[in-house]
Amino acid sequence: MSIRRAVVTAAAPDQKSLPLQNLVDQQGEPKTALQLIADEAVGAGVEEICVVVCPGEAANYEKAAGEHANRLTFIEQDNPRGYGDALYRARDFVGDNSFLHLVSDHVYISQRDEGCAEQLVNVANAESCAVSGVQATRENLLPYFGAIGGRLTGQRSGLYEVSKVLEKPTPTLAEQELTVAGLRASHYLCLSGMHVLTPSVMELLGKMIQNLGPGETIQLSSALDELAKREKYLAMEIKGRRYNIGVKYGLLKSQMALALSGKDRDEVLTEMLDLVAAQPESNAPVGNGR
Amino acid sequence: MNTTQTIENPLIQTIVSEDDPTRNRSLDELCENANQQTLLSHARDLDGFWRTEDNLYHRVRCLFFLAGIYRHHLPSSLINDAPGLIPFDSYRHLLDRRFIEAINSLLEEQSDKGPSDGLASALAHAYHQLAFQTLADQVRKSVRTVRGNQWMFRTGHPADHPLRLRQELLNQKDDSPLFPILSETTAVRMDFSHSGWSDIFFLGMDYPAGARVINASINLGVTGRDDQPQPPIECYLRVIDKPVLRLVSLDLKASADVTSIEEVFDFARDYLGLLKAAVIAAGIVPPGIEGCGQSMESLLERVIGRPGLGLEIVSKVNDIPKGSRLAVSTNLLGSLISMCMRATGQVSSLDGRLNEAERRVIAARAILGEWIGGSGGGWQDSGGVWPGIKLIEGATATEDDPEHGISRGRLLPQHKVFSLEEISADTRQKLQDSLILVHGGMAQNVGPILEMVTEKYLLRSPVEWEARQEAIQILDQIVVALNRGDIKAVGRLTHQNFFGPLQKIIPWCTNLFTNSLATQCEEKYGEQFWGFWMLGGMAGGGMGFIFEPSVKKEAQSWLQKVMVETKRQMETRLPFAMDPVVYDFEINDRGSWGAFDHDHSMRMPDAYYTMMVPTWLKQPSHELSVASRFELEQLGTDYRNNGSSGTFQKLIESVLPGRRSTREKTESLDALLTRMGFDHELHHQIRTDLKSGRYGMAQNRLPLTTSIADVKQDDLTDARMGLSESANATGEAAIRAGKVGVVTLAAGVGSRWTQGAGVVKGLHPFCQLSGSYRSFIETHLAKSRKVASTFGASIPHVITTGYMTHQPIADHLQHVGNYGYAGSDIALSPGRYVGLRMIPMIRDLQFAWEEMPQQKLDEQQEKMRESLRSALIGWATGMGEGGDYRDNLPMQCLHPVGHWYEFPNMLRNGLLKQLLDDRPQLQYLMLHNIDTLGANIDAGLLGHHIQSGKCLNFEVITRRLDDRGGGLARVNGRPRLLEGLAMPREKDEFGLSYYNSMTTWIDIDQLLTVFGLSRSDLADEQKVEQAVRDLSQRMPTYITIKDVKKRWGHGQEDVFPVSQFEKLWSDMSALDDVSTGFVVVPIWRGQQLKEQAQLDGWLTDGSADYVNSLCEWG
Repeated sequence: MSIRRAVVTAAAPDQKSLPLQNLVDQQGEPKTALQLIADEAVGAGVEEICVVVCPGEAANYEKAAGEHANRLTFIEQDNPRGYGDALYRARDFVGDNSFLHLVSDHVYISQRDEGCAEQLVNVANAESCAVSGVQATRENLLPYFGAIGGRLTGQRSGLYEVSKVLEKPTPTLAEQELTVAGLRASHYLCLSGMHVLTPSVMELLGKMIQNLGPGETIQLSSALDELAKREKYLAMEIKGRRYNIGVKYGLLKSQMALALSGKDRDEVLTEMLDLVAAQPESNAPVGNGR
Repeated sequence: MNTTQTIENPLIQTIVSEDDPTRNRSLDELCENANQQTLLSHARDLDGFWRTEDNLYHRVRCLFFLAGIYRHHLPSSLINDAPGLIPFDSYRHLLDRRFIEAINSLLEEQSDKGPSDGLASALAHAYHQLAFQTLADQVRKSVRTVRGNQWMFRTGHPADHPLRLRQELLNQKDDSPLFPILSETTAVRMDFSHSGWSDIFFLGMDYPAGARVINASINLGVTGRDDQPQPPIECYLRVIDKPVLRLVSLDLKASADVTSIEEVFDFARDYLGLLKAAVIAAGIVPPGIEGCGQSMESLLERVIGRPGLGLEIVSKVNDIPKGSRLAVSTNLLGSLISMCMRATGQVSSLDGRLNEAERRVIAARAILGEWIGGSGGGWQDSGGVWPGIKLIEGATATEDDPEHGISRGRLLPQHKVFSLEEISADTRQKLQDSLILVHGGMAQNVGPILEMVTEKYLLRSPVEWEARQEAIQILDQIVVALNRGDIKAVGRLTHQNFFGPLQKIIPWCTNLFTNSLATQCEEKYGEQFWGFWMLGGMAGGGMGFIFEPSVKKEAQSWLQKVMVETKRQMETRLPFAMDPVVYDFEINDRGSWGAFDHDHSMRMPDAYYTMMVPTWLKQPSHELSVASRFELEQLGTDYRNNGSSGTFQKLIESVLPGRRSTREKTESLDALLTRMGFDHELHHQIRTDLKSGRYGMAQNRLPLTTSIADVKQDDLTDARMGLSESANATGEAAIRAGKVGVVTLAAGVGSRWTQGAGVVKGLHPFCQLSGSYRSFIETHLAKSRKVASTFGASIPHVITTGYMTHQPIADHLQHVGNYGYAGSDIALSPGRYVGLRMIPMIRDLQFAWEEMPQQKLDEQQEKMRESLRSALIGWATGMGEGGDYRDNLPMQCLHPVGHWYEFPNMLRNGLLKQLLDDRPQLQYLMLHNIDTLGANIDAGLLGHHIQSGKCLNFEVITRRLDDRGGGLARVNGRPRLLEGLAMPREKDEFGLSYYNSMTTWIDIDQLLTVFGLSRSDLADEQKVEQAVRDLSQRMPTYITIKDVKKRWGHGQEDVFPVSQFEKLWSDMSALDDVSTGFVVVPIWRGQQLKEQAQLDGWLTDGSADYVNSLCEWG
C-alpha cells in the first residue's frame, strides 16, 4: 500500500474560513491552517492533495496554500449532502488508490519525530488496510465526535481492530456498544479527523448517497461502520494531540499549543506570564463591567 | 473460609448445595424436633457462615434461616422462661439500620444472660431486616452497573454533561415563539398468569428459571365514559422560552418550574416525584449530578445548546386510579423516560416504535427511577413499553453480566413477544370478548405481601414452595390454552391459580370483598362464568372476571352494580378508596409510541390548558413569557371560532370556579360536634394549654428525676404455667353464677391497622378461621360463647363504640344477627366524649421526629421523608399551629379521647346501670383491647382476681421487640403501668421486663367507689357526670401526633400529622386509692395484632390455632 494522495474536506459552509486563519508554526513561520494541514500530509509522503471546498472558495484557498499551491486540486461541493458526500466528491481524484484523509479545521502536533499523519500512514502501509486516527476522549465530549468500538490487536500498543463506528453517540449507546478494554473509565476512542482509507470507503459512500432521501445527509461514520464489517479496519491512538480550531477559543488554543511545542516556547511563556501578572485582580473575569 | 464443623451443619449444606433436592430443603424440615441446644448451635454456625460468605444468595438465605429460627423455632422453648431484656443500644442500632451492630450486641447479651423470648424476637427482626437490606443493596448495585446506566452516576457537573437535545426540537415555525412538541403514548400491563410474585427482583435473581410471567400491554377506557380504549399514558415534551425545567402532572394537578438541580432530587416537595425520577433516570439530570450546587439554567444551556431556554415535561394518565394493579406508575415512568431519551438521542427515532435494545434500556432506567423515587415493583411492570403479549422470563447471569458470580439470575429479564402464529388475532379478540377488567375500589399497600413472598421463597417453606411449582405449571398450561385459543381454559386456569397456589402462598392476597364477588359471579352465571383473574400483587383493586362472550356485555353492567352494592355493605369494614369501575380494554400491539410534531400542528392536551391558563391569567401580562402569551392568543382565536366545544367549557370552568365553598363541610362538622356532645370548654382549655406549652409531647413525660425500675417478682403473679386449683374453682363458680362480663374496646377505628383509612378495625374480616373470614368482634364473641356454653352460663358482652364506629358496628351486628350471640347478652356502649383535632405545634412535630426514636429508612426513602417533613412543617405553619383541624371530611377532624373514658362512658350512657339492674349478680368485668385476640374469660385468672380482692388486676406479658409504648414498672418504688409517652427517657422502657396487654379484671363495686359512686348513684346523671369530671382531672393528659389521611382526586391520598389529646386507662394503676395487681399471662393470650404485616407470622406461629381453639363460632 502506497499513499500518494490526500483529500482534505473544507466544505462545511459555517467553517469555510477556518483553513484560511493565520497561525505561527513551531519554527516561528507564519502559516495558514491550510498550509499546516498540507505540511502534515506532505510530511507523510503525500504528493497530491485534493481540497473539497464550498463553491466559489477555491481561489481563496489557493492563495492560502502558499508553497503547496501547486500540489492542490480543488473540488467545489455544490448541493452539499453532508461530510460523507464531501469526501465522496473526491472519488475520481483518488481512483483505485488508498488515500490519506484530513479535516481542515484541525491542527495536529506530534509527540514523536514523525508527524501524526506520518504515523498513521506507516501503520497503514505495514498492515495494508484502512486506519483511522483516534484519541481517548472523555464521555462529555461525545456530542462532538465520531467514536469507535473495538479491541486491542495485541500487535502493537494503541492499535485497535474496529468493530463499530458511531457518529456523536449518546453516552448510553456508547456504553453499550463502544466500551473498549484498556481505556480509563468514562473514556472512548473518538475519531481525530485523520484517516487512511481504502477505495471501498468511496464505494460504500456511493451506495449510501444513492439511497439518501430528500433532505437527508450522510456522515463518514456510517460508511466507516460498514467498512468495519467488510474488511480489516484499524484505529490507532496517534502519539500526538489534535486541536480543533473551529470551537470557542480553538484557534487560540491551537496557537498556544504550537508555540509551546516550538522554538519560541520560552518567549511565549514569558509573554503569557506577563499578561497574567498585569491583571489588576487575578480572579477578575473580563467583561463583567468592573 | 469456614470450619469443618460449620460445613457439616445440615442447614449450611442445604444453602450451599448444587443439588436441587438438597438445596430446596426447607427450614421447617431441617429444624423439626430440634431442641433448644440444637437450634442455638445451628444459629451459631449460620451466624459464622453469613459473615464470611461472598455469594449473595447464600448469605441472604442464611440470614432468612436465622430469622426463621429465632422467629418460629426457638420461642416455643422460651416463652415460659424468665423474661429477657433487649438492650437499648441494640434497639437504637436497629432503628438506625445498623443491623450488624444490632446483631452483635444482641448475641453478646444472649451469651451473657442466656437466650430469652424477647432477645429472640429482636434477633429475628435484625436478621430479617439485614437480609432485605442485602438484597436491596444488590439490586441497586446491579441497576447502576447495567451498561448504558453507568455514565449517569459519574456525570457530576453540567459542564460534563454528555447529552444534547435533538436539534429538531428547536425548529420554530415562521414567527411562532412555540417549539414543536414531542409526545409518547404508552399502554399499561396486565399479567395473565399471575407470576406468583416471581417477578420480584430478588426472586428472579435467585431462581431465574422460576421467574416467568405472561404479560400483555393493554389500552383502557372506562365503560360508559370513554368511546374506545386508548393507551392510558400520555406524555409531552417541548422546549420553552424560559430557562427552567417545567414539570406538569395533569392528573395530580401539579406543576413546578424547577430552577435548581437540587430541587429535582427533592421528591416529596410536591406531587411531581415521578416526573423528577423520570428526568433523572433518563439522564437529563443524571443521578451523579446531585449536590453539584449548580443552577438548572446552566444544565439546560448545556443540554439544549442555547441559553435562555428550558424544557417542559407533561404527564397525563387517563383517569386510572391508584391500586389498579396495572403498573400505571411504572409504565408512566417508562413512558416519560422513553420520551426524554428520544429527545436526547438516546432512542434513535423521535417517532414511532422502540427497538428491543432501547426497550431494555428503558426498562432498566425505569427500575432505576423507581429506586430513586423510593418505590419498588417487579421487573415485568414496565411491560406496557413492549407491544402485544409476551413471555417475560428470568435470565441466568452470564460472564458478561455484572451479576455473574453474585446471583444466579440477572436483574433484567428477557422478553419474548408472542407472534400472531403463537397467539392468533382471533384468540386476542376472543380474550377481549370474554374478559371484564375492573377496579374494585380498594387501594391497599402491597409492600408487606412482597416481603412475605420473598422470605417464604428464599426459605423454601414447603407449602409455598410446592404452590410455587404448581403456579409455574399453570403458567405453562395458560400458554398452551392461549396457543389453542381456548379462553375458557384460560379462565379456569387463572381461577385455579388464584384460589389454589396463590392463596396457599399468601392468604392475604384475597379478601372478603373479592371472594364475595367471585361467589356472586358463580351464583349468577354458573357455567357462563369462566373464572377470576388476579392482577398485580393482590386482589381488591384491579381484577379480571372472564365470562362466556354471549353474556359479557350484560355481565359488565351487572358487575358494576354488584361491585358498588358489595362495596356499600363492606365499606366500613374494608378500606375502599373509591367506587368500583368497569373498564373496556384492548391489547396494544404497538408498545410505547412516539410522535413528533414535524409540521407544528400539535397542541398540548386540553387538560393542560385547563390547568395552566388560570395560572397564566393570574400573572401580570408583562411577566408572562412570549410563548405563554402566544398560546393564550391562540386559545382566544380558537374560542372565537369554536367556543362551544367541550374543551372550552372545561377551560371556562377552570377559570371561573363555581361557588361550592367549604362552608357546607364546616357546618356539618359543627353539626356533628354538637350531636356528639363535644365539650367546647374542655377543648378550649386544652388548646390554650397546648399553645402555651403546658401540654405537649415533651410535657407528656414524667420528670427526669423520677426513678423507673423493673418490677420485682413479688410485685406480680406468674400465670403462664396455670394458676392454683382453688383459683380455677373460684373462677368457675363465679362464671356459673353470672358474676362476670366482658368489655371489648372498639371505640377507636384502629388507625394503624389500615394506616388511617377510617375503617372500623373491629369489623375488619382480617383472617379465615375455621374456613370463614372472621372479624375481631366475631372472634371475641365466639370466645365468650364458648365460655358461656362450657359453663352453662350467660356472659354479658359489652362492645364500646365511638363516634366513628358506633353506627357501623350496630348496623353490622344487626345484619349478622349478633353472630348468633344471644341478643340480651350483647350490648353496645356508645361513647360520650369526642375531641376536635388540632394543627400540630412545630415543637411537637420536631419532638416527634427528632426526640422520639425513629426507624431510619433506607437512603432514598430517608431523603423522601426529610423533604416531606419540611413540607409538613410548612403546612402546619401556614395553617396556624394549635388551630382547629377542619380541612378534611368532618369525621376525619374528630378524634377519640383515649380509653380511660370507656368506663366513664358506661356510667354516663346508662349501660352499666342497665346491666346491673338486669343482672344484680354481676360483680366483675374483663376489659380488653379489640386486638388482644387471645383474651377470654379464663376461670383461673378470674378466680385469682376474686381471691386477690383487688379493684383492678392487669394482665402483662413478657416483652418482645414490637411491644413498645410502656410497661410495668416500679415508679418511685411503686409498681404501676407506665405509658411509653410518660417515660422520662427512651431507654427506661428497655429496663422493663413486662408489657401491658391492657386486659384488665375489674371489681365493679370497688371501681365505683374510686369514682365516689355506688350502684344506687348510677341513676343520678349529674352526680355521675361530676364524679367522672373529678376523677378525670386526676388523670394525666397526653398530647399525641396522629397521621390522618386526606383523600382527593382518584384514589390519591395525603397523610397529615395532627395533634390530639388522650387519657389512658392504664394510668388507673397509678392512683393511690386503687388497689391494683399484675398477672403475667402466656404470650399467645396477651399479644396484640396492631398491623396487618403481623398477620402472616400470627397465622404460622400457632397463635391463630390457639385463638381458634378458644372460639365457638356461631
